[in-house]
Parts: sequence; C-alpha cells; structure tokens
Amino acid sequence: MSKKVRRLVIKDIEKCVGCGMCMYACSRRKGEAGIDASGILAVSLSGFERGATVIFCRACVEAPCAQVCPTGAMRVREGGGVIYHETDCIGCGNCIDACTIHAIFRRSDGKPAVCVHCGYCADYCPHGVLAYEEVEPESFRRVIV
Amino acid sequence: MLTKVLYIDLSRYRYWTENRKDLFEEWLGGTGVAVQLMKENMDPKTEPFDEESTVVFAVGPLNAAYPLASKTVAMFKSPLTGNLGESHAGGRTSTSIANAGYGAIVIKGKSKKPIYIVVNNDKVHFRDARVIWGIEDSLIVARIIAENEGGRGIRSVMRIGGAGEKLVRYACVTTETYRHFGRLGLGAVLGSKNVKAVVVIGRGSRKVQDRKLYREVYDEIFKLATESDAMKKYHLLGTAVNVKPLNEKRGLPVMNLKKTSYEYAENLSGESLAEIIGRRVACSHCPVACIHIATLRLPYENEPYFYKTLMLSYDYEPIYALGTMLGMKTREDFLKVLYRVEAYALDAMTTGVCLAWATEATERGIISERETIVKLEFGNSEAYSKAVEYIVHQPNEFYTILAQGVEKASEVYGGKEFALAFGGNEMPGYHTGYAAHIGYSIGLRHSHLDNAGYSYDQKVESYPEPEELVKTLMKEEQWRQILSSLVVCFFARGIYKPEIVCRALKPVGIEIEESELKKLGEKIYFEKLRLKKAMGFDAKKLRLPDRIFETETPHGKLNRDYAKRAIDYFAKIVESC
Repeated sequence: MSKKVRRLVIKDIEKCVGCGMCMYACSRRKGEAGIDASGILAVSLSGFERGATVIFCRACVEAPCAQVCPTGAMRVREGGGVIYHETDCIGCGNCIDACTIHAIFRRSDGKPAVCVHCGYCADYCPHGVLAYEEVEPESFRRVIV
Repeated sequence: MLTKVLYIDLSRYRYWTENRKDLFEEWLGGTGVAVQLMKENMDPKTEPFDEESTVVFAVGPLNAAYPLASKTVAMFKSPLTGNLGESHAGGRTSTSIANAGYGAIVIKGKSKKPIYIVVNNDKVHFRDARVIWGIEDSLIVARIIAENEGGRGIRSVMRIGGAGEKLVRYACVTTETYRHFGRLGLGAVLGSKNVKAVVVIGRGSRKVQDRKLYREVYDEIFKLATESDAMKKYHLLGTAVNVKPLNEKRGLPVMNLKKTSYEYAENLSGESLAEIIGRRVACSHCPVACIHIATLRLPYENEPYFYKTLMLSYDYEPIYALGTMLGMKTREDFLKVLYRVEAYALDAMTTGVCLAWATEATERGIISERETIVKLEFGNSEAYSKAVEYIVHQPNEFYTILAQGVEKASEVYGGKEFALAFGGNEMPGYHTGYAAHIGYSIGLRHSHLDNAGYSYDQKVESYPEPEELVKTLMKEEQWRQILSSLVVCFFARGIYKPEIVCRALKPVGIEIEESELKKLGEKIYFEKLRLKKAMGFDAKKLRLPDRIFETETPHGKLNRDYAKRAIDYFAKIVESC
C-alpha cells in the first residue's frame, strides 16, 4: 500500500455557494488582504443561477505544469501535486497554459499562484465543500466522493 | 489603504486615476468618500439625465479584507426623487473594485453610442454595445458580456435591462444575477448615458501592516459570523422569515396597505418559499450565503412534458411589494411577476407599490382600462406581468407617467391619499408604527435601512416624545454612515460594532478611537444632508400619505399630530444645518 499524504480535497462540490472564503484565506496566509497570491478560485457556472464551484490544483502525479517548467521552479511532489520554488521562477507562464483545468493563476508580478495543499483554506469553507485530509495518493482525485 | 480613484469620462472616452489619500483619510471610504466625490464632480442642480450627471461607486477600507464587508455604495442624482440617490449592492462588486486597486470609480459624461465599460485592473476599455442594446433581459445581457470578457470568478457585471434603457425612473442595476443597486433609479442614469454595463475585473491584494493582528481579528469576525447567532436569521430562512410574524402583529402591508393581516400570508412566507429553494449562493467574501434562490418550474404552453425552470432570488421586500401588496395568493404567482421585474431590471419595491396604487385607483374609478390597458386586480399575476412590460415599454401616457413613480402618477391622476411614497421613494414593507414611517421620511435615502425604524417599532412598547424619536433614528443613521463607509453589509451590523471596527481597521492602516468613529459618522451624515439640501431637498415638503393613519399597525392606528411634530422637528434640523 502506498504512503498516505495530506491534501486539500473536495467533499461535495455541489454544495459550493461561491463565497470565495477559500480564496481570501489563501492570500491572507501570505499576509495579504485580497486574492493576488491565491491558488484557488471560486466561480459561478455560467451565472449564479447555475450554481458555483471552486478551481484548484488536483495534485497530479504526472503534473503537466512541472513538465513544461523550463527552470525547475515547479517540481513534482511525492504523492502528487507540486512544490513551487519562487526564486527559480522566471514568470514565463508555461505552467499556467499547461494546466488543463486552469488551476494556476497569474499574480500581479507575473509569477504563478498555485495551491500547495497546505489546507489553510479548508478551515474557512463554511459549507463543507473543502477538507484537508490524509488520503491515499490518487484516491482523493475522484470528484464524486 | 485603498486611495486610488478611477475617473472615467464618457464624453471623451478617456480615463485617469488620482491618488486621493486626502479623501480616504478624512472620510474612510464608501458613503463618506462618495459624498465628497459627488460634491467635487457635479453641480448639485444638474438634472439626473444631463450629460454632466455623475455616478460614483465607492468601497472602503474593509472591503476584500474582512468577511461580510461585501458592499459597494453607488451615489448619483436620483431620477425618481430628483434628489440624492444612494444605493448599495453586494455580489462581487466591492471585492472586484478593491482587488482592482480602487477605492472609488467616478463616471462622468455621456457616450454618443451604446457602450459597456470594462475596468480590468489598471486598464479601462470602452466596448461597442450597439448589438446588445435592446436586449431587455438583464440575465441575457450578462451572459453575453461574460462570454466576451475574461476574469471569470473575479469580475462583477453591473448591468441594466430594458427598464434602464427606457429610462424608467426606478430601473435598477443588477449584478451577479441576484444582487441589485435596487433603489432610486441608478439603472436609468446609466441608461441615459448609453451605458449597458460596467464590468470590473480585479485581481490584486494589499499588504497588511500587522499580519498577526489581521489574522486574529479576521478569525474573531469569522467565528462570530459562522458560530454565533449574529447572522442566524440570514443564514436560515433569510429576511423572508419576517412575513409570518409581521402578519401576526398586523404590520404587514397588504393590497396597497388597505389592511395589515392577510389570509394568504402563509403561502408567501419564508417557510413556504423554503420548500422550493433550488440553491443558495453568497456574495463574494461572505460565509453566510443569504441569497435564497427559489425554483419556478413552468410547463411549455403547448407541449406536454416540456418544462423550463427559472431560478429566482427572493427576500422579504420583493415578497411584500410584489406579493402581499398585490394580493397574490400563491408563491408561484408572486414568482411569476418577480421574474418579469428581474428580467427588465426594475426596482421590485417601487414597481410593486406603483402597481398596488394603480390597482386601488382602478377600484375607485380614478383610472380604468383605458389607462391600464389590462384590467388590474389584486391577485391577478398575469395582468401584473403584462403591466410590468407596459411600465418598461410605455405604450400610452399613463404608463409613461407610472414609469416616473407613484408620487408623479398620483399628482397627475389623483389618489394621493393612498399613494405610498416618502420623500418621493416608494414605501418599504413595514407598517409597524411611528418609527417606520418617520424613518422612511427623514432617512436621507428614504429607505427603511437608513435608520431601521421598523426594528425600533417592534422593540418598543410606548413611544417617547416625537422629537426624541427623531433623535434616536438620526443617531442610528449616523452610525450606519460608518458601516456604509467601511463598506460592510448592514445585515452584519450585529458583528461590526464600534469596538471591533476599530480593531479591524488597525491592520489595514487606520488608527481611530471609538469616540472619533462615532463623531465621524455624525460628520458624514451632515455632509450628506447638506448635499441633499443643495440638490433641492426641503423637509417641510415631506408628505405623509393619509393611508398610513387609516390602517391598523401593531401599535394601533397612528396619530397624525405625533408624526407631524416629528417631521417638523426634523425640518428645523435640516434648516439649521
């Protein structure tokens, strides 16, 4: 059996109300009031009458973002996802383009904002959409739980 | 601190920014700063639809920094009252503006052709809107703009519908489908400027001065919002919870306030509507998610087994205005009319009061189907849906006049004694006692939320001298100038008390004592009152409709002399300021 890892997981995506408390938590952790450094985004689904959802890194084991990084700033993390080394990053944006679900965001300084699965935001999700849990690698990547 | 002001000149298609640290340091933000920007950028005698008419959107130091600080203040000259216009909306308005780096946006001038404005962080684009001008459903307008523009999740699409284009004096501006700059006709002002929408896309942050303190105060507010009872009402049934108790206490206006208790109140109650909630959504950066969305499933007219499902947000005020005031018997009938009102982007409250007046005027024979085209009768949702369309399209003189509000309509056709407007703004849904009506009259926006007289009525057993009541209501309104300068949601007033506001301001760079904060509220209030005066407000001309003295309240029938003394006292204050 593979080693368990802690990751930010979706408990029930249909419960998302689009409040974005997670986005604000992410930048607040970095000492900012706002969303510039946030690696998670709350969106409506073609308007709020169709509901809302959150977008963040799915912690791929074969991470396209890391594969296209020319400087090795975006490195695959054991158990899935990436570790981002900001000082190595030239801000080329390849990682942003490579992510199929558009889960890497561009900060105002041009560098990427990506979820590192620290779990800080989960404590601020008021409606049970997000949780920070010890999971089997890969198993948590199902959206239906 | 957010101190940058974005100026947009539609007459020259130019924009620029200025650092207005001076304004934000003295007046916080929101209402406080908007009053000053109005003074600087518009002659108070300018007519609402003149080219020189100015619109200000302002946020404050707590927006995008703390939860429940999710509101934006819009200030303008109201085409409905001809006086100061101010309305507040949530959605993503305030977070988008703040994250784009602005404390306020000032829109001046008039576009020659239909456009929509896109503010994308530090850039402003003037987009051709000729193709979408004429699309009357504000939801469709937003879907098209959303497809054209970037910024998914971090943008606010503030748009008008058919009502704003046709200059209905109570056209609203809708944002994020379910929130509105509802009252006093901002939609018509944008329509007069040929502006179909203002889109703001904002991604950014500001550094806080004390990270530890910031997180501490944030967590305290978050806990109060999610674990205490402070937001419970809004978190559970929402404002619609008011229907049943107001009906029981006889404070619920029914059929143009001919009565205050209603045999069908149960059907229109928060409990009843909760049975058909399809989902809940939230304003940006608010954990409460008070937006209750009902599903209205309607069959196609001619095809069996085909349905469309409309998702409509409701609150107490639309239930009152388009439900009980219009004598609706079922929630479906109410929702059908609400759908029309939302699509055209009209103020639900004013529309309901106008139609209720027109119905009673029909009953009394003052007007007939010659004017109304459809026969208006309480409870007839089909007729009201049609009438809503006529208010927008104005096919005859009557509807052209009704599109200017109930004050104007009753001036032309009579029936003033049952025309329910205060300071030119149609009545909110509380016939709870003196404080409600005096509150609407003396409130600087003529809104129930200015000073919450309706809440005072429900707590008090006997009334003080009228002068004392006016002082109490003014004091509440003065504190609320602080809330709307921060800008926090009034629903969170139980959380944002003076002490916690002072602590929350510290990490964002503002040191202020509680006593200074309260004084500032008073100062902003009087600045706003002086601006209102300069725009032509005369408190001596405030009219109290006869109807409010005829219909039972929870405190019995109201005495005209008491109310008159209160208004006279207020008029003296206005005169001397």
